[in-house]
Amino acid sequence: MIGAISWSVRAAASMAAASLALGWSSAAAAQGISWGGFAQSHVAWRTNQVACPSGTACEFPAAELRGQIKAEGKNSSGNAAFAGRFDLVRDVVLDDTSLETRELFGDLISEKATARLGRQVITWGVGDLLFINDTFPRDWVAMFTGQPMQYLKLGSDALKLNAYPAPVNLELVIAGFRPDNTPTRQRFVLADPLPAGLPRRTEEPGNSPNELEISGRVSGYLDNWELAGYASRTHYHSPAARVTASDIVFFYPRLNTVGASLTGPVGKGVLSLEAGYYDSTQDRDGRDPSIENSQFRGLIGYSQQLWEDATLGLQLYGEWMRDYAAYRENLPAGFPEKDQVRRVATVRFIQFFAHQTVTFNFFAFLGLSEEDRYVIPSLRYAFSDNLWAEVGANLFGGTRNGMFGSMQDNSNIYFTVRYAF
Amino acid sequence: MKLLWRIALLIFVAAAVVPALARAADPSGDEIVKRSLETFYYAGNDMRAKVRMKLINPQGKVRERDMTMLRINLGKSGDQRYYIYFHNPADVRGTSFLVWKYPAREDDRWIFVPTLRLVKRIAADDKRSSFVGSDFTYEDVSGRDLEDEVHVLVRKEDVGGRPTYVVESRPKSAADYSRRLSWIDSERWLPLKEEYLDARNEPFRTFTADKVEQAGKYWTVTARSMKNLQSGHRTEVVYQEVGYDVGLKQDIFTERYLRDAPSQWVR
Repeated sequence: MIGAISWSVRAAASMAAASLALGWSSAAAAQGISWGGFAQSHVAWRTNQVACPSGTACEFPAAELRGQIKAEGKNSSGNAAFAGRFDLVRDVVLDDTSLETRELFGDLISEKATARLGRQVITWGVGDLLFINDTFPRDWVAMFTGQPMQYLKLGSDALKLNAYPAPVNLELVIAGFRPDNTPTRQRFVLADPLPAGLPRRTEEPGNSPNELEISGRVSGYLDNWELAGYASRTHYHSPAARVTASDIVFFYPRLNTVGASLTGPVGKGVLSLEAGYYDSTQDRDGRDPSIENSQFRGLIGYSQQLWEDATLGLQLYGEWMRDYAAYRENLPAGFPEKDQVRRVATVRFIQFFAHQTVTFNFFAFLGLSEEDRYVIPSLRYAFSDNLWAEVGANLFGGTRNGMFGSMQDNSNIYFTVRYAF
Repeated sequence: MKLLWRIALLIFVAAAVVPALARAADPSGDEIVKRSLETFYYAGNDMRAKVRMKLINPQGKVRERDMTMLRINLGKSGDQRYYIYFHNPADVRGTSFLVWKYPAREDDRWIFVPTLRLVKRIAADDKRSSFVGSDFTYEDVSGRDLEDEVHVLVRKEDVGGRPTYVVESRPKSAADYSRRLSWIDSERWLPLKEEYLDARNEPFRTFTADKVEQAGKYWTVTARSMKNLQSGHRTEVVYQEVGYDVGLKQDIFTERYLRDAPSQWVR
């Protein structure tokens, strides 16, 4: 039932956006619609010799052909616009062909405010691959199989309102719930501490008013420093599991977040600070082992150019569990115990060569408390303005109890080639 | 006899003083470069141009970047703001850059990545880095500081029928060049040619103004190229639809318009 409501609201939002888009397309013709897209092939090859359970794509966790068409237009007065990006995907691993609406939205624009309705990607915060106040849906499968950066985020079906009363920007997002695309056993070898044999089902939040996701952001400049404040009434986007006598229910617990960020120049580089409080409203006392405890999250980052065409970025990130004693008391046997403070450092190094036609990118998550790691090196060559190819790897390691270490049977080398037009 | 001595002395003094007076009429190297920087990078209160960049490798293979460039000057401080929107190539369409430029300290730079709707502040302390893979540096695009170099007028010379001052500039702190020669139009104050020389006194990088036109009140280099003589790579840039004092507002140079290009100006 909830699923049906969710679907119908989403369909309505998409239809509304589409009709806006179509309605405006004739007006937009005055300005012209710009078309573009690409064809892409992407393959990830598992590097570990592991005994995969049946039903898990073992040798190649990802292998697909993808074509994207995008269209954008604006009317001649510039007060209405639309954009759409559609992917046709032939997934060889799952033997599936699908049409995905990555984005489809219409805009109304005035001097002091804008409104955007439809499926849209929203990115907030100042972290590099670390998200605190950005609770919008993400695609972990795309990340862990080395898809290009743009596939890290999923579009939200949302109404986004912006107002610009100087000197601040206000942003309000009202969205239907969309879960993260989390790794499943179709492509990944994952430990399963849940009892086998019980039927499993998933409950998603619907789109009734009290289940909508509402997020707000206020941002402004103080000289050349940028400050932002955030608040979200949302849900966890990765499922929690509740085991009953008769079944296992995956669900998305309610979550409220509030936080702030700050970024500006320090020395010869850029300093970024972000903090947030995760209020796990369905487990305020921290005693429900199936739901994440409330947390403080924070990060500090610094990036600096080292020499021509080379940049180094470092981040320190922490998650402080609020009710740690309650968590430990209620943790079921057989589950690995988390630390009260989970600490992660990241390193990013980028170097361009040959007039930026060659890009070497190295990113590493280093679990300081969990003693695990996730390293992502990549090398991209642009043959021309239209054609590039990239080879890279997703390398997981360290203790298996860690978030990254638990993925270590899934290390892979990937190859992507894209022709854009 | 005394008279003869006096005449001889007079002639001698005149011979010494007259050319000195004539030289004194020429501005100093600093003055020439200052005026040139003002003309080349600060013309008008604001500027809008469509910029087409061709990156040509030694094999003749061409990559192209089409941009809209907006600039505003903030009063007399020398602070400027730049907004650059990429129309092409297809894979970066919609990417935009925002630069807050200060004469005496590091610039602030932001990039907008359209596929992720992500605004990111970028660390930028090296003005000598390549601008989007071209032979032009950030400094070449948005201007350099007068005080970074010591400037000396070395001679006057015609370039392509235009009178120029030839100025030698030496960087005060270590740089990728040991000196730079500039041929600066002595009437229009635009650089018509520049040569960067390495430690062995060999030119390794040359700038040429290929076309100079008047846009409104201001003389503008509408076609320019930068050649790397060592690698054989070169970049040709054409400025089209150049307009000065078009009425840009300061709020265009903020995050809002980085995310949503101002359609009045970016077409």
